[in-house]
Amino acid sequence: MNSITKKKTRVSDYLLYVLIYASAAISILLLVGIVGYVFVRGIGNINWQFLTTVPSTIKGTFGIAGNIVNTLYIVIITLLIATPIGVGSAVYLNEYAKPGKVVTIIEFTTEVLSGIPSIIFGLFGMVFFGTTCGFGYSILTGAFTLTIMVLPLITRNTQEALKTVPETYRSGALGMGATKWYMIRTILLPSAMPGIITGIILAVGRIVGESAALLFTAGSGYLLPKAGAGIFKKILESGGTLTIQLYLCMSKAQYGEAFGIALVLLVIVLGINMLTKYLSTKFDVSNRP
Amino acid sequence: MTKNKEKTFSIIGSHKTKSVVEHTAQIIFTICAFFAVLAVISITIYMFVNGTPALAKVGITDILFHSVWKPTAATPEFGILFVILTSVIGTFLAILLGVPIALMTAIFLAEVAPKRLAGIVKPAVELLAGIPSVIYGLLGILILNPVMYKLETAIFKGSETHQFTGGANLISAVIVLAIMILPTVINISESAIKAVPGHLKSASLALGASHIQTIFKVILPAAKSGIVTAIVLGVGRAIGEAMAISLVSGSSVNFPLPFNSVRFLTTAIVSEMGYASDTHRQVLFTIGLVLFVFIMLINISLNTILKKGNVEHE
Repeated sequence: MNSITKKKTRVSDYLLYVLIYASAAISILLLVGIVGYVFVRGIGNINWQFLTTVPSTIKGTFGIAGNIVNTLYIVIITLLIATPIGVGSAVYLNEYAKPGKVVTIIEFTTEVLSGIPSIIFGLFGMVFFGTTCGFGYSILTGAFTLTIMVLPLITRNTQEALKTVPETYRSGALGMGATKWYMIRTILLPSAMPGIITGIILAVGRIVGESAALLFTAGSGYLLPKAGAGIFKKILESGGTLTIQLYLCMSKAQYGEAFGIALVLLVIVLGINMLTKYLSTKFDVSNRP
Repeated sequence: MTKNKEKTFSIIGSHKTKSVVEHTAQIIFTICAFFAVLAVISITIYMFVNGTPALAKVGITDILFHSVWKPTAATPEFGILFVILTSVIGTFLAILLGVPIALMTAIFLAEVAPKRLAGIVKPAVELLAGIPSVIYGLLGILILNPVMYKLETAIFKGSETHQFTGGANLISAVIVLAIMILPTVINISESAIKAVPGHLKSASLALGASHIQTIFKVILPAAKSGIVTAIVLGVGRAIGEAMAISLVSGSSVNFPLPFNSVRFLTTAIVSEMGYASDTHRQVLFTIGLVLFVFIMLINISLNTILKKGNVEHE
């Protein structure tokens, strides 16, 4: 094929092909193995009581309702803070800033933030939000810590989305007399919305799967918030997410419960993954007719 | 509702209100942008402020170059040399194990695979990246550790010096880390390989080189800087991982030999921060600082690689 007359067979070529196919097979088998194993070991532990109650030492039962609610709290509060800041930062970088030192510094620090391991965020959150700001072990401390962690994710996705908005949209709007903020608000942000939403969903995935940054910030509370004012008080109380509960079960060698939680987490992660896939194909500009 | 509001922003709106709104918007966006800078600066300051007191109190050499870790003894000793060595060696081994597989998979995705097959492998890799790290830890304990225990009992049968670990050892942790860096390295090297200009490949094929020769002698060298970036990011991910390996590695301070129960920088923090106090706690922050310094070095080298890569392309 490659030579005109006859293809020369090279042993090393075949060997490398085998290696390449084997490596790809390993990656797939790992995923199938992990998902399958968790599913098989976890499905038996999931029942109505497991999903809707909190652990009770009196009845000797176990449930993760409190952890599910805590996870929701942390996801919502984190996104409420991180989304405006992340989007704002991307708008500044893409629309206002002139290329130069300032932009380089901001982009470098955003890179650094996304490279810092979550355990460091956990330490920082513990001493800064927990001790210096006085929030202690609480959902709020955890949410603040995670805000810093997911910020680069939202910023970068918004930036990518803003870059794909055609320059003609901007000049068209400005040429018709729109002010810059008006143009951003009515033209740019709506056009970049799919990218922003993808960033937010990726952030949700990161928050749901996070554990090291939360262990020493949000703590490990497992109770449901009380009705009424308790719903708001809860954010100042300790609350362990699903991953934290999974870790605690693991260290206590309660593997059945651990696999139950792992399965719930996997389902959430799979769902998030499919959602981002769907969004990115639906809104992909290059796919449009 | 919007009609009235929009009028203020239209051409007939007064110049004054418009410029006030414009200015406020710009200031708010600028503040948002500096949030990341602020965060990095305050994290750096806090890590140094909390991490250095122990160095002064216990002595730099007594912490960094001393290997006995007895934080709760009557005369406590805080040597973290073995912990640092474990993180360095563990990360190195994970890279050694994970990168070849990841690189081959990236080649598969970018060059070898038929489109439909790539359409199955790529989402699988993305999913691997999304699986929470505690789940890797859980599987490590229940699948890897028993296997390692069998190996251990077979190898060290009758040994009197070996401390049996029940399978929670360096190898288990390295395997978990290697799996966890796969998605990072695969994704970034794949896009690096795909970014290699097509004419290089065509030229090589036209000269009679086989596809494999083209991949390894032309495409990979051309994608070098992207692949190095991928590996450096993989190092960052491996050295910073905590929850997945905290139980799998056995978590007692030992010299990082394959079948020893070991403790990484990250797992040292995770396993003791809950109950540590006073000097012990400060030393844990020093461990955090060491980790932070490693990560910063990785970030800075990454930045230089990227810059160099950009210059090369120009």
